[in-house]
Formats: sequence, structure tokens, C-alpha cells
Amino acid sequence: MKRHLKLMAGAAALALCASSVSAQDLTVTSFGGAYGAAQKEHMIDPFVAETGTNILFEDYGGGVAEMKAQVEAGNIQWDVVDIEVIDLERACAEGYLEVIDQSVLPAGDDGAAAADDFIPEALANECGVGNIVWSIVFAYNNANGEGPQTIADFFDTENFPGKRGLRKRPQVNMEWALIADGVPMEEVYEVLSTEEGQARAFAKLDTIKDDIVWYDSWSQAPVLLNDGGAQMVQSANGRIFAAIQDEGAPFTIVWDSHVYDLDVWAIMKGTPNMEKAMEFISFATRTVPLSGMQDVAYGPTRRSAQALLPEAIKQDLPTAHLDVGLKADGIFWADYGETLGEKFNEWLLQ
Amino acid sequence: MGRFPEYYNLWHIAGHYALRGFAALVLIFLMLPILVIIPLSFNAEPFFTFTEGMLALDPDAYSLRWYKEIFDDEKWTLAIKNSFIVGFAAAILATLLGTVAAVGLASPWMPYKRLITALLLSPMIVPLIIIAAGMFFFYTQFNLVGTYTGLIIAHAALGVPFVIITVTATLSGFDRSLFIAGLSLGASPVKVFWDVVIPLIRPGVISGGLFAFVTSFDEVVLVLFLAGPEQRTIPRQMFSGLREQINPTILAVATLLVVLSAAMLFTLEALRRRSERMRGEGL
Amino acid sequence: MTDTATLAQKPLAPGLNRDDARSAAREVRKRRLQAFLFVTPLLIFILFSFVAPITTMLYRSVYNPTVADLLPDTLVALQEWEQSDESPSDAVLTQFAIDLKRLANDRTSGRLADEINRALPGMSSVVKSTARAVRRVDDAELAANGPALLIDANDRWAEPETWRAIKDAGRAYSLDYYLTSLDLERGSAGEIQARDTQIYVKLYTKTLWMALIITVATVLLGYPLAYFMANTSTSLSNALMVFVLLPFWTSLLVRTTAWIALLQTNGVVNSTLQAFGLRDDPLELLYTQFSTIIAMTHILLPFMVLPLYSVMRGIDSSYMRAAMSMGSRPLAAWFRIYLPMSLPGLSAGALLVFIISVGYYITPALVGGTDGQMISNIIAFHMQQSNNWELAAALGALLLLLILVLYWLFDRFVGAANIKLG
Repeated sequence: MKRHLKLMAGAAALALCASSVSAQDLTVTSFGGAYGAAQKEHMIDPFVAETGTNILFEDYGGGVAEMKAQVEAGNIQWDVVDIEVIDLERACAEGYLEVIDQSVLPAGDDGAAAADDFIPEALANECGVGNIVWSIVFAYNNANGEGPQTIADFFDTENFPGKRGLRKRPQVNMEWALIADGVPMEEVYEVLSTEEGQARAFAKLDTIKDDIVWYDSWSQAPVLLNDGGAQMVQSANGRIFAAIQDEGAPFTIVWDSHVYDLDVWAIMKGTPNMEKAMEFISFATRTVPLSGMQDVAYGPTRRSAQALLPEAIKQDLPTAHLDVGLKADGIFWADYGETLGEKFNEWLLQ
Repeated sequence: MGRFPEYYNLWHIAGHYALRGFAALVLIFLMLPILVIIPLSFNAEPFFTFTEGMLALDPDAYSLRWYKEIFDDEKWTLAIKNSFIVGFAAAILATLLGTVAAVGLASPWMPYKRLITALLLSPMIVPLIIIAAGMFFFYTQFNLVGTYTGLIIAHAALGVPFVIITVTATLSGFDRSLFIAGLSLGASPVKVFWDVVIPLIRPGVISGGLFAFVTSFDEVVLVLFLAGPEQRTIPRQMFSGLREQINPTILAVATLLVVLSAAMLFTLEALRRRSERMRGEGL
Repeated sequence: MTDTATLAQKPLAPGLNRDDARSAAREVRKRRLQAFLFVTPLLIFILFSFVAPITTMLYRSVYNPTVADLLPDTLVALQEWEQSDESPSDAVLTQFAIDLKRLANDRTSGRLADEINRALPGMSSVVKSTARAVRRVDDAELAANGPALLIDANDRWAEPETWRAIKDAGRAYSLDYYLTSLDLERGSAGEIQARDTQIYVKLYTKTLWMALIITVATVLLGYPLAYFMANTSTSLSNALMVFVLLPFWTSLLVRTTAWIALLQTNGVVNSTLQAFGLRDDPLELLYTQFSTIIAMTHILLPFMVLPLYSVMRGIDSSYMRAAMSMGSRPLAAWFRIYLPMSLPGLSAGALLVFIISVGYYITPALVGGTDGQMISNIIAFHMQQSNNWELAAALGALLLLLILVLYWLFDRFVGAANIKLG
């Protein structure tokens, strides 16, 4: 009997222990890797230091699926999420995000009101506050000499053999396939909204299908290039920049047909920590934290923060290459994301 | 050649050595992958591969930095804490319920024994992905997803079959007349259970509990579906590490886990020997 | 208590009177109840924690009320419409336009779009862009001009096929997800036909095929090893057992990690091959079907060796010796005598390995790449990525059926309670 009591006491102690594990005040989800490290340094840590809030800083691979699952199951795990504008329109229209009161955002450090200080795209959607201007580029390992120079080269396996790392989703891959197939950049989304255009994009992707290495998360891109898993990879420009800058990796970024976009901070619909979440976003999008994103070659979304950038970094930011780039179309992907996602996955399994 | 029977010819002997050699190769296949990760975890570079310095046994090529990283990273320390909390709680729950039930199942009077045994053992056979999907749908309705309680219940259900199997095995060697003797001396069934049955089947109970603990400790599919960011466990953290950014911290964790499982293995082996001894004395 | 306890031990003699028989029956009932009471707490726990979830999943595979909840009025209006070649009446279109505006403003039109898209691929973008178009139109305008507004936004609203899809999606109970799981669909007249893209049947076949290869591989590796261990000295076999048990007890994730370290492009295997000059360029080993099979063979091998060993240990080697000393060839002796005697261990191990590998998720997910994916991975994909929970449930139900058949075979030939551990 004594033993029995001991066992019960042990169980009770454990149960207490389990319930006393301190709940985090705020769960912030972003993309990890070099970008996550920059956000931790310039946004998370200073916020924790200033407010004493406990933050659990999570990684995810992007897309709306995880938000959708949380909202539809009525089981909200995240509070604040960093989301690509290519997914924002859809997440907002489908009710996975809270509407943000943009009027409470603080003025820039130079005194300019928030509405004037932010670039217009940063506040264009009611569910998000712009965080960075970034771009999806491709890069190659230059240890073996010159590599592909254009997106058409990326699809040319004869002259540029080797594996290509691509992120496992239709976004950007479909656009690139069409551009490589000769569709002018300004017509890409128009063509992609037709059945024929979609078939054309898949046909182009088919030509390199056997040479594609698929990855799920942005942080895998430089890893693939580094360990020889791929000769060239699609990547967020900052990841490659960080690998070159910090580790001296022999990578070259190709800006041809890069797809540029914004990232925003958004708040999960139904979060119990609305106030804290808003407090965090207001803090993270102040002038100084935003300017810290230059560590990974992402442009800040406030003019006052752009003014803090050193001249040397500017050529590495997407903003210096807009003439050869395509603006990602969030509205197109809001409408076609599901349809093309399904087709894409069927194509993958064929 | 004296060690072979005289009817053996050259082919028999060649076959004997071929079998030896093949068995040795299979054992190497079993062990080598596990042994390879141990030196890799002491890599001074952030790679998953042996560097030239490591092959040259240059001491500078080795370091403990990835072990330090585990304990510096909040995510890993939280995961370690979670794994032990969930593992212990699930093992205790599974052992308590499973042991009591095994005693009932061992009774010759148990109705629908075959059916109920099959039902209680089925969490071991049904693919985890199905259990995970079902639990996600069902536990959501009770707000158990993203809680410790939900995860503990789920893992306890997975551990139950192991407790039933090990305890039933010890009970099969258990002389029921002892139970009846206890009753006939006027003790209540509960008292007989705790004072007579439990001490006799203790090795089975402990190894069942260990199995349940290890099952929870190693489980990742249910964690993927049922745990929130705050309940991440070691395997969950390894899973996302392997999917996203491979660095030797995972190898350091893996090495620690190999040491832990070796300890576990020797504990179980000792228990088994002890149980055999006890039964030997009973005869 | 004392009396009844001894009574139960006593066989019922033919000369018992009725009272004795009755009290004996009562005693039996009592004992049965007592035994059952011991099992009850666990039974309740398992019913809640395990059986109810599986049942919920099965229910979910046939029950999906989303569209019925989102569009009740449109669906009522659609009831009148026979599934003919003509579009439904303007009243239906108007009602739908009003419903869609409400959903767009509630931000639930996305859910509707996804559901209809499942009945008719490609509809998601039609619903979403139309929802955006009608969102800010005022109610009076919608009531007056609903059909024209819809068709202006997208001409697919004029096609009867679209409305058939909505009507289909509006049924709360349906077996359509099972059709999809078997690569079938309903044609325009309700007949069942093959889908354009064939995915899942192929995937089930591939899963079974991979499980078979893995099972055969574990038999080929495990049988000789178990034979050797069973026929050597006890001290050596105990020592060698550690080599089998340590991997068995080592975390699955650890073993998968090890295979990644071995097989990756610059991994141990490729570096070794290159160091010895056997290959110039690295082999592509990781993220293939091959890597899934080899890693799973490694992980499941102990499940084969342990039951084989425990059966072989009990086989008296004098039978083989007798046969061979009487001149039987070793192979013939082995085939006629040893193999049949070791068959229980072999079938236990093989079925166990096969059942486990059919439902495997983690290893294919981590080392499988695109080729090495198994059915569990696609279920997880529909749970977590495409959020098509009903399809995931239907695919899971079919997998469950497969496993139950295998489990039934296992129970018949081996006995579920005979599973040995360690």
C-alpha cells in the first residue's frame, strides 16, 4: 500500500510539474535560418529586453496551410506570424488573420507619421504591416566557374547540367517556367490565369523535372548549394547573401527575372494575445529594428529606416534590381493558389 | 579440423564460415550507422561529414561546441524537459491502467478475452498517421490539441499494449494459487493485489513501464499533429532540424540518445535476468 | 470469501442439486464481473483516447457539412433543379450571389471555394474572384441583377457543370472521398468513371511493393543472422544480441539521422567511394526510393531477428545433425526439417515487418525525396498541407482496412498475444 501511495504521489508531482511549465506570453513564427537570426537580434531580443515578455520564436516553411489548420480546428497556436505578401491576400481574405489597426503604428525616428513613413505597399493590406522588401532569386555555386546567367539558362539542362533546388510549391516556379518559355514578364500572370498557360508552365517544368531537388523551407536553399545537393537553387536573396557574407561561400546571385515581394507581420485570427501581438508588431516595425534587416540584404519598409542604410549595402538589396524583376501578385495567388496547388501536387506525383 | 563433425565435407565447412562471415556483415550493418554519428557529433565544423582534420585525428578538428549548443538553445532545453515530462506521465498512466487490466485479462474467468486483448493491443498495430489524424479530429473537440494533457493521453494509449504484453508474460508464470491463498487468509482482493501480486510481477511492470516511456520518448508523428510549439519534444525538434537546417547539434543529441538507450537496454536486461531468477526460485 | 474461492476450484459433480448449480452460476458471474472490473478502467481509457478518435476519422471520411452549412439557402433553391443540361433558374443564381456576398464579408468564401474545387477542380479561382467582385455590390443591386453579375465575373457560372458541382459539394454525407481515394469520380450522369490523373491506387501499390521489398530484405539479412546466433554458444549469442537490441532501442530519429549522414551527397558513403577512387562524382543516394528502403530495412531488421531467434533457440539441433549424419545434403535437410520448424518465427517476423512498413511515415518523409513517399506521407500531406481532411480520412480508412486484414492474418497464424519484445 505504501508503494501505491508513493506512486500516486509521484504521479501527482508530475502532473503539477507539467502544469507549472510556464506558458509563453507570445508565439512568433517566422522563416528561421539567417533571416530568423536577424529578426531575433533586431526585433525579438530587444522587445524581450524592453517588455520582459516571454517569446517563443518558431520556424515555419511559409504558405497558408498551417494557419488554415489552426483556424479551422479552432486551435490557435501562433500569435504573430511573418508572412509573404504572395500568401497574405489569401490568408486575409479567407479569415486566417486579424485586421490590424494601422493607425497605432508609431512615427518614424525622424518624426514622419507612420502613414507617410512606410512605403505604400507595406500598409496595402489591412491584415499586415510591412516588414521587409525581399526577392526570390536563383544562385549557383561558382566554385566550378561561370554558371547560368538568365532564367532561361536555369531551365537549360544541356548547357548547365546538374541538380536544381526549388521550393516545393507552385508560387514563383510557375512564373519562372513561363518567363523561361518566352512569356514577357508583364504578361506572366495573365497567361497563368488560363488553362493553356498553366499547361504551358507545367510542360516547361517537365523539361527539368528529373533534375529538380525539392525543398520545403527557405533555410535549406544555401545548405543544398553548400553540400553539393544542387548546382543552382532558388532562394530568398538574403539567405545567399548571408552565406557569402558570413561564411565566404562561393555563391553567385543571379538577379534576372527575380520575383520581388514584401514580407509582413500579421496576427493569427482568434489569438488570445491580441494586445501583446500588436505591441510586438508596433515595436518590430519601428525604424531601427527594420533597418537591422540589412544584415541579410533585405530592404526596410520605412523610408526613415532606408535612410540609415550604408551606401555599400544598397546594390545587394532587391530595390537596386527592380528593372529586371517581377512583382509577385498576391491577388492572383489568392485566387489561383488552391487550384494551382492541387494541380502542382498531382503533377509532382505523376 | 577436429571441431567439425566427421560427416562434414569441405562444402559444409565453407558454408559454416560463409554463415559466420555473413552474420558478421549483418551485425556491422546494424551497428555501423549508429556508431558513425558518434564521432561526427564532435565535429568542430558545422557539417554533417568527416573533415580532413578529423580523419587525420587532429585534436583541433574535434570539439564539444554542438553539445554546448544543445544546452544554450532554449528550444532544445524546452524539448528535453517536455520529452521527460510527457514520457514519465504517459508511462505512469499506461503502467497503472495496463497492469491492473493485465491481471484481469490473465484471469481464466475473463469474458470476451480474445476480443478485448486484440482491442487493447491494437494501438501498436494501427499506423501512427491514422491514429494522429483521428486524434487530431477528436481531441480538437475537447480542446486537447496543443496541451500537455492531450499529448500525455495520446502517448499513454500507445504505451498500453507494451505494458499488457510484458505484464501478461510475467503473470503467465505466476501461480494463481498464491492469490487465492491470500484471499483465503482473509485479505481483501485489493490488499492481495498490492502485497502479493505486484511484488511478484514487478519486473514485468517495470519493463512494461520502460517500454511505455521509450515509446513516448521516441514518438514524433502524434507530436507533429497534437503538440503546439510549447510541447515540442526531442524527436519533434530533431524532425524539424532534419527537414530544415541540418547541423551537428542533431548529431550531438543523437549521441546522447544512443547512450540513453544503451542504459535502458542494460536495465531491461538486468530486469529480465532477475525475473528469470525469481521464477527459478519459485519452482 | 473463503468458501466461494474454494467452491470455484471444485469441479461441478453430476450429483449437484439445483441450488448448488445456481450458486455456482452466480459465482461464475461474479468472477467474470470481477475480472472484467479489472479491465474496465483501461477499456474506458482506450475507448476515449484511441477508439473514439479512429471512429471520428472514419465518420469524417463520409461526412462533410461545410458547404451545407455555408450555403443553406442556395442548396434549398437548387433542390428543385434537376441535373439537366440547362442551368438552374435565375432565382437560384440570385440566391447564390447574395450568399456569396455574405460569405465574402464573413471571410468564409475561401472555405466554400476550396470545397467546391474538390468537386470540380479549377473552381477555386472562379469562386474567389467572383467573391471579390460581389463583395462590395449592394444588396438591392444583387437582388435585381445577381445572375448577370455572376456571369460577368466569370462565364463558368452559366455552365450546368458548375451547379452540379455545388449540389454535389452540398451533400453532407457522401462517399465521394472514397471515389477520389481510388482515382475514380462521378461523371455528369452520375456514373462512376476513372479520373484523369491516376495517383492513389498507384501509391497504394507502390507502398505495398516497397513494404514487400523491405520484408524480403529483412528475411534475407535476418534469417542467417538469427540462425547463426541460435546455433552458437550462449555466451556469444548473448553478446551478439546487444548488437541487435541496441539499434532496436535506439530512437527512430537517431537511426534516420544516421542514414542521412551516411547517404547525403558529401556523406560518409560518397566520401569513402571517392577516397578509394571508386567514383569521381558523388552518387545520388539520399532522397530516393533506395534510401527509404535501406533505412527502413535497417530500422525494421530487429523486428525480424528477435522472433526468429526466439523460435530457432527452441529448435533441437539434433534433428538436423541426425538427418545430415544419415547422408542428407545440408540444403535438403535444412529445407525439409529446419525451415518448417522455424516457420512460426519467420511468419511472425515477416508479417510484423510488413505491417509496420505499410504504415510508415517518418523515414520516408525525411529520406524519401519525391520517389520514396508512401501512402502515410500523402495522408499527412492532405492533413497538413492541402488541408483536405476528408480525403485524408478516406485514404486513412482504406489504409486501416488494409492493416486490419493483415492484422487478422497475423492473429490467425501467429496470435496477437504472442508478440515478443526484447
